[in-house]
Amino acid sequence: MPLDYNERMPAAEKTLDEILALAAAHFKVPREKLAPDDDFFKSLGIDSLQTLDLLTKLENHFHIELPDYELQGVSDFRTLAGKIQARL
Amino acid sequence: MKQFTGQALSWDVNGSVIQLALHREPCNELGSLALKEFEKFVSSLDALEETSHALIIYSELKSGFCAGADLRELYTRSRSMEKSSAVEGVRDFLERIHRVLNRIDSASLTTVAAVHGVTFGGGFELALVCDLIIADKTARFCFPELRLGLIPGFGGIPRLKRDLGNAVVRDLLLTGRSFNATKAQQIGLVSQVVGEGEALRVARATAAQLGKFDRQTAIIAKKFIKPIPYEDLRREIDIFCELFSRPAVEEGLKQFVESTDAQPYLP
Repeated sequence: MPLDYNERMPAAEKTLDEILALAAAHFKVPREKLAPDDDFFKSLGIDSLQTLDLLTKLENHFHIELPDYELQGVSDFRTLAGKIQARL
Repeated sequence: MKQFTGQALSWDVNGSVIQLALHREPCNELGSLALKEFEKFVSSLDALEETSHALIIYSELKSGFCAGADLRELYTRSRSMEKSSAVEGVRDFLERIHRVLNRIDSASLTTVAAVHGVTFGGGFELALVCDLIIADKTARFCFPELRLGLIPGFGGIPRLKRDLGNAVVRDLLLTGRSFNATKAQQIGLVSQVVGEGEALRVARATAAQLGKFDRQTAIIAKKFIKPIPYEDLRREIDIFCELFSRPAVEEGLKQFVESTDAQPYLP
């Protein structure tokens, strides 16, 4: 049976929180300076190669495979978390 | 030549292991300079093979192993000449790089690519030439050529076909998606996945182990299990040049080179 909205939310929030913590640690940005709707290119100050590095880190952390074409146009942490959550 | 320090790459011999390091910013793009230095390496290989049993290819740059062909150089050079001359120039470059890669592929050495970070396009093809690929967990592989209206041109498809099933080759090639070291090991491309920054150390340990075996047996075994797909490699150059002559490619290259998008590698 599919999970209802309330049951799904905590998992999605947890995923988002883990992404923010991982990105902050990896790119040495204070965690409190990152918000879910931030443009991660800007808030992390990363280029295309570092974006791939982040993608690899996220795949390894969540034990998922996330084709990079699914991330085309994705630039905020919340949408990224949604893409990851869909593969967990 | 037992030792060389160039602008794109360097090599030395440690015991009986040749270590070839790539070190050209931003990410070891393979253009005319790297090609010249690879040709220098290959011309020294006969002598090096006499006293060595293994070759390790790795990158000294944090960004990765190699981002592939130097597309900026390709675009700039092609734009400055007639289409037919540009295609001839590309054919000449491909013939030369195929000679280099075929020579490394068929070397009477056990060859190991120690990769990390970006291992894309021509960089992936360089790794595929080697007998073993050892990847650290930051490694990311991709054949993005189709988004430019091309196919890989440095022997990628024939060598993927040598190592993998056709369904996997189609997935990697037709989607142009990138994938990590764990996936690369699952599909059989990578022999060992190691921790971040550990690929070169593990490659050295592997090379040391290989040095304990009878050299002639290793050479015969390699010839038996790793044939060079010469016919497909020739065909690849022809197809690449045929595709390169189309206007869509120039447009794709232009878009790539002039892009200020933070995600230019993403199809």
